[in-house]
This record gives sequence, C-alpha cells and structure tokens, in this order.
Amino acid sequence: MAATSAITPSSPALGQLTREQLLELYYYMRLTRSLEERLVALYRQTKVVGGLFRSLGQEACAVGGAYALRREDMLAPLIRNLGSMLVKGATPGEVLRQYMARGDSPTRGRELNIHFGDVVDRNFIGQISHLGDMVPVMAGVTLAFKLRREQRVGLVYVGDGATSTGAFHEGINFAAVQRCPLVVIVENNGYAYSTPTHRQCAAERLVDKAAGYGVAGATADGNDVLEVYRVVHDAVERARAGGGVSLVELMTYRRKGHAEHDNQSYVPPGEIERWAATNDPLDRYVAALTGTYGVDAAALEALDASVRDAIDRATDEVEAAPMPEPGDALRGVYAEPPSAPVLWYRAGHARAVDDNERARGWGTVDG
Amino acid sequence: MAEVTYLEAIRQALSEEMERDADVFCLGEDIGAYGGAFKATEGLRERFGPDRMIDTPVSEAGFVGAAAGAAHMGMRPVVEMQFIDFISCAYDMLTNYVATARYRAFLPCPMVVRGPAGGYVRGGPFHSQNPEAAFLHTPGLKVVYPATASDAKGLLKSAIRDDDCVLFFEHKYLYRRIKETLPDGDHVVPIGRARLAREGRDLSIVTYAATVWKALEAAEALEREDGLSVEVLDLRSLAPLDDEAIVATVKKTNRVLIVHEDTLTGGIAGEITARISEQAFEWLDAPVRRVAAHDVPLPYAPALEDFVLPQTSDIVRAARWVAEY
Repeated sequence: MAATSAITPSSPALGQLTREQLLELYYYMRLTRSLEERLVALYRQTKVVGGLFRSLGQEACAVGGAYALRREDMLAPLIRNLGSMLVKGATPGEVLRQYMARGDSPTRGRELNIHFGDVVDRNFIGQISHLGDMVPVMAGVTLAFKLRREQRVGLVYVGDGATSTGAFHEGINFAAVQRCPLVVIVENNGYAYSTPTHRQCAAERLVDKAAGYGVAGATADGNDVLEVYRVVHDAVERARAGGGVSLVELMTYRRKGHAEHDNQSYVPPGEIERWAATNDPLDRYVAALTGTYGVDAAALEALDASVRDAIDRATDEVEAAPMPEPGDALRGVYAEPPSAPVLWYRAGHARAVDDNERARGWGTVDG
Repeated sequence: MAEVTYLEAIRQALSEEMERDADVFCLGEDIGAYGGAFKATEGLRERFGPDRMIDTPVSEAGFVGAAAGAAHMGMRPVVEMQFIDFISCAYDMLTNYVATARYRAFLPCPMVVRGPAGGYVRGGPFHSQNPEAAFLHTPGLKVVYPATASDAKGLLKSAIRDDDCVLFFEHKYLYRRIKETLPDGDHVVPIGRARLAREGRDLSIVTYAATVWKALEAAEALEREDGLSVEVLDLRSLAPLDDEAIVATVKKTNRVLIVHEDTLTGGIAGEITARISEQAFEWLDAPVRRVAAHDVPLPYAPALEDFVLPQTSDIVRAARWVAEY
C-alpha cells in the first residue's frame, strides 16, 4: 500500500448541496467579512482593546472547511478562521464582546479576539497564540473519539508558518500513528507575519509533508468555497470511515497585514491589488451563484440586509455590556471547589470574593 | 500485607485507578509491551490492553498536548515522561496550554504527568534533574513529589482523581530502595498537605523527596551526637504548599533549615523562606538557612555528583549552625 493516497474527489458531495445550503455558505462568508469590517470601525474608535486580525480574502477557507463538518464534529480554528466559528454557531455578539473585553464575553474578559470556544454545545475549541499547539490538542480530542468509538471527526486549522513548529510535527505524527479521525488544514496565505512561505519552508508545496507522515494529502483553491467544501468534506468523511488523518493545503492569500497595525511594507507592489481585483472569494462565489446556479441578486441582497441587521443589533448590545469585575481575575485558576483544601489558594480567592480587590500576592500577610 | 517498593506502589496506584475508572488511560514512550524504562507500568498492557496503555512516538509536546485534548473530552490521561528531564520538551504545552485552559477557556485538564526525577544515581546531566521549580511559577499546575511508598501510591491516586493537571515527580533513587507495608483499602493522600516525618523541639528541617531520608539520617546523628531534637517536615506537595504546616513547625522549634536536591538559585527553598519571613518572622530565633545542590548542571562522576548534591553531612553541618545561632 502506498504511504500516501490522494483524497479521491467525490463530486456527489457537491451535488448534494441544496439551494439553501449554497445560500448559507454565502451568508457565512458575508457575515465574516461584514463583522470584521464592523470591528475595523470599532478599532478605529479605540473600542477594541487589543489587536485586530482580519481574514479578508480567506473567508472561503474558513467557511467552506467548517461547513464540511457535522454538528457533533469538533473544530479548532486559527485567528483567520472567524468564518468557521460562525458556521459552528459562534455569534457576532460573542465576537464583539471578546474584542471589546466585556465581562459577559465567552471568556469573561480573560482572553482576546476570537480565542474562545464551546466544547459542550457547539463543538469548537478555543485556540491559543502559540502556533501549532492546537494540532497535538486536536490529536488528543480525536484520540478520545477513537477510544470511545464515537463517529466524530476533528478539524484543525494552521497557517503556513505553523508548519515549521515542533508541535505541528509532533501532533500530526502522533495522530497519524494512532489513526485518529483528524483533518489538518494548512491555510497557505503566502505570509507568516512578514515572512513569505518560501522563507518558511523549502518544500515546493506544504501538502508534500503528508507523505512524510504517511497520511492522505490534498490541495485546493482556497478562494473557491465550493472547492474547499468538496475537498475538506472528502477528508472529513474519510476520517469518519476510519481512514485516519488527512492534510489539506488550501491555497489563498492574506490581503491584510498580520494584524491591523501591520502596514505590509514587505509585500511586493501590486500583489494585494491583483488578488483583490481578480481572486476575491466572495466576488467569485457571487458570480458562481448568479451564473451557474441561477440565484437572483435580490436573494443575496436580502441576506446582506439580514447580516447588517444582525451586526447592528449585536453592536448596540455589546456597547452597553459591562466590563469585568476586577476580582474575577483571581477566580477559576483551579477547579472550584479545589479537590483538596488549599490555604494559600483559598486565602487569595476569599479576598477576591469578599473584597473584590486585587490580591497582593499569594501567602502574603496583608491584613 | 507484604512490603512493597516505592515503584510497586506507583504501579498499584495506576492499576487500581484504571480498574476503578474506565476513562483513565496511560500514554508515554515504551510504557506498553516493555513496561516502561523503570518498569513502572509492567503488566498493565496485558491487563488493560493497548488502547489504555499507549506507546507514543518520541514527542513529549505531542503526547502532552494529546493528553490535554483527551482530558477536555472527559478522559483522565496519565502521561509518563521516561525521565522527568524530558518534560522541558513539553514546557510550552504545559505552561501555555494546559495551565491556562481552565482559566481562559473553562476547559478542565484532569491529567497527570509523571516521571522519574532526581539524582544520587550517577545519571549525569540529562537523567538526574529536579525541574519542579520551573513549574511552581505557573499558576494552573499542581506539583507533588512523594518521599515514601505510601505517599507515592496515595498521592498518585489523588492526582489521577484531581480535576486539574498534576505534575507527579517520582524519585528514581527511591524506586527500589524504599519499602513499606501500605495501608489496606483505597489509600488516598490529599494533595496540599505536608507530613511530619519526625517530631522534634529544637530545630525544623523542611524538605521533600529523596532528601527527606537524608534529613532523617541527619536528625538521628544530631540527636546522637549533639542531643538536639530535630523535627523533619516532608512537604509532599510543592504546589500548593502547605503553609499551615510550615508555619506550625516554625512556631514550634523557632529554627528552620530548608533542604532540597534542586539547585539553590531559584529553588523552592527561596519561596519557603519568603513565606516564613512574611508569616512567622517573629517566631524565628535564627536566620533561615538552605542546603541545596550547587548551581551547576549535575555531573556524572561519583566524586563530582556527591560533591554537588546535598549530603547528610552537609545537612548536619548547616543544622548545627542554625541550632547554635
């Protein structure tokens, strides 16, 4: 048997998409773009506490990939996969609350931007900033699925930069030998911060790494949402059927900087404009919908209006939402109640609860 | 009941917890068919099968991260580091990912990372370390380090049942040297409680792991040769520290010597000294002294290792200084 087998394109998956599903894909891509545009406005008004990360031009990778999952499957996104979280049920209000550090945000103001998840009801897991680290974690999540004979699949996104980390290698290698039901998407957007992919990795294509791990590999045009959906759907169902790990490289392009503050001075002149003019995933999908699939423009405009409305309502709600209580910063480091009574821990915690003040350090005698 | 070794106590804890809870499983290098580098998991694969005794690739970050992911899904993984020195390869996963998961994302990580630590066995620089202090600085992790077979079993069972990540340090010098008869039944030792290893009136030695036994030797010598009554407090848990027990022994003897095998600078003795200073300064009749390894990587040759690591004679000398101050 060959160490690596291609994921067989099985076009039935695409043929099975209904008109409603085709429009739903459009809705999520539009919601992603419009929500990020609203975040830019809030950022310029200094209402966003930290940095702002965009997925402009990459919406098809996030939306098309996550759309291939079933409800019970687990998703681990990366910073440019807001669209995948929306597909999994994250709301604009949650995203705005996170960016604006509100006390009723999904992480109660402890974490930033789209670093949040819901493994209980909606089956997506929050990322951390260390690139590649979610690959071993998702190897373990899918190991649990395998050990418990659950027919669930895991999907983890990484960027081209993360493929250089040890965690990426160790995670995919572990999942491969355990034949975990895991799909690893490498979203190759051309740059890791300012470093172009050819300075990141000497391999011609990142999907070539699949052979080194003995897993299935596939690549797709990341700006064609239906192509992304088809390729990822095949990988997901292959994993569900016991076929093990797949590595999917999605070719796309990052049209904004690493974050809003990044002026992209390292990008050759004209490159961004060329991608924007000729290879925008939303423009391409609109053309496909109105052309090949005969969707009339009014249906899309109605969806655009519902997106605007949802974002307006969420913004109003979140602007009025409370900031976190300072004392909450001391809660929840360990399981509560702790499984063993812990004096130094309890002392600080009790102070936080009773006085709502910043503790001056564990174990200190501060009256 | 027959006497069992510290190593056998660990094996019993693993076996009993896997028997008790189907969500407990082990992963690590060579723990399955081979039974682990020190044979701590010998026989468990035959009993529980390869799905619950998983041999992993050589990839500490990979399998610690995988343990976290499985723990999020409700399982209780027990990770073996072949030598605890290799835990540094998973430092990112433990400190950035695991330790923060509950706080930032409400994701429990009920997992244990266990492995052989410590020197006195001529293991050289990469098979003798005591990296516990590197993790004490990270909120979200618990650290335990038993000195007796009874505590090894009882603390490991607690660690497996704990809803947070527990780093379980095992001292390889004690694996086969310590033997005792274990209590019957479901023997569980709570995390966060120190143990009074020896009662005394004149001086307290606060320590943990292999140096507990050296402190006890020193205490006997000091009683025999100097007529001193020396108390020995075995911490057992390093995070959380049992402040209550530490302060109680200071108030009782008014003189403290802290002993650990880890290097002096940045070691846990500094933290304990500070806590005593903050919570019990007025009960001290002498400065707090520390006996620890010299600040060098641990060398291999017996003459060098013996010189670098704390010995009973070092403890006796420092204790006399504190007692006479």
